Amino acid sequence: MENFTPVLSLAGGLVLGISATLMLAGGRITGISGILGGLLSAGSSDRSWRFLFLLGLIGGAALYPILGGDISYITLNPYGFEESMHYGALIIGGLLVGLGTTIGSGCTSGHGVCGLGRLSARSLVATCVFMAVAGIVVFVIRILMGS
Amino acid sequence: MFNIIATIAGVLFGFGLALSGMLSPGKVIGFLDVAGNWDPSLAFVMGGAVAITVVSFRLLLKRPVPVFDSKFHLPTSNDIDKRLIIGAGLFGLGWGIGGLCPGPALSSLAYADPRIVVFVAAMVTGILIAKRLTR
Repeated sequence: MENFTPVLSLAGGLVLGISATLMLAGGRITGISGILGGLLSAGSSDRSWRFLFLLGLIGGAALYPILGGDISYITLNPYGFEESMHYGALIIGGLLVGLGTTIGSGCTSGHGVCGLGRLSARSLVATCVFMAVAGIVVFVIRILMGS
Repeated sequence: MFNIIATIAGVLFGFGLALSGMLSPGKVIGFLDVAGNWDPSLAFVMGGAVAITVVSFRLLLKRPVPVFDSKFHLPTSNDIDKRLIIGAGLFGLGWGIGGLCPGPALSSLAYADPRIVVFVAAMVTGILIAKRLTR
């Protein structure tokens, strides 16, 4: 557990909660896949706030190291795949995340942070399913990679 | 007005993700790797966020209308159906393989790494395919 960051992670989580609270004060659920999905929908009339939220999202992440935050902890290839295999994993992973969050109407933020906050049984089930499946995937990849 | 709120909320969300450590697939996989070198950080992120939303959502949803809009735009479905389970399962599969979910993937575009750009392009393609399939 040498990588455990309880204080920073809890503080970050609280900031996410405040963000989701602001959005609900505006009547909206903070589901990143849903916000992006709506932006990609043809004929959607509420593109401006979706675009601004996502622009803010990127800006907020950019701001962190500017304000002195450390981003050297970021490991994009935790399994230690070879480069071409890692790109393959990112393409397959990205496709599945896009498909799954659209079919299942939510991701870690929409079902996780907001759905659990609303005490939605639907979101609790979705969160348990994607956590469990992802856990099994990690277990299997670790075995296949022999690590 | 809501455009300003959404921009501020977006900045907070991106900053919060960076602060929480969740922009690193290494930390996400570390949480999911229960049988290995377990890193419980993700549970603290979720715990911190839900500790706030469980109280604030309750208070906000008691109001007949939100503060900055004339009505709530909430998910209408309560069904725990095949679609929800299949979607969540596919998402879990992709999340475990890439170590990235939509929030961290989009936020990380800030650091201009080609691997993130490839993941986001694939994710957008997946969304568009699913929209076509389910229409």
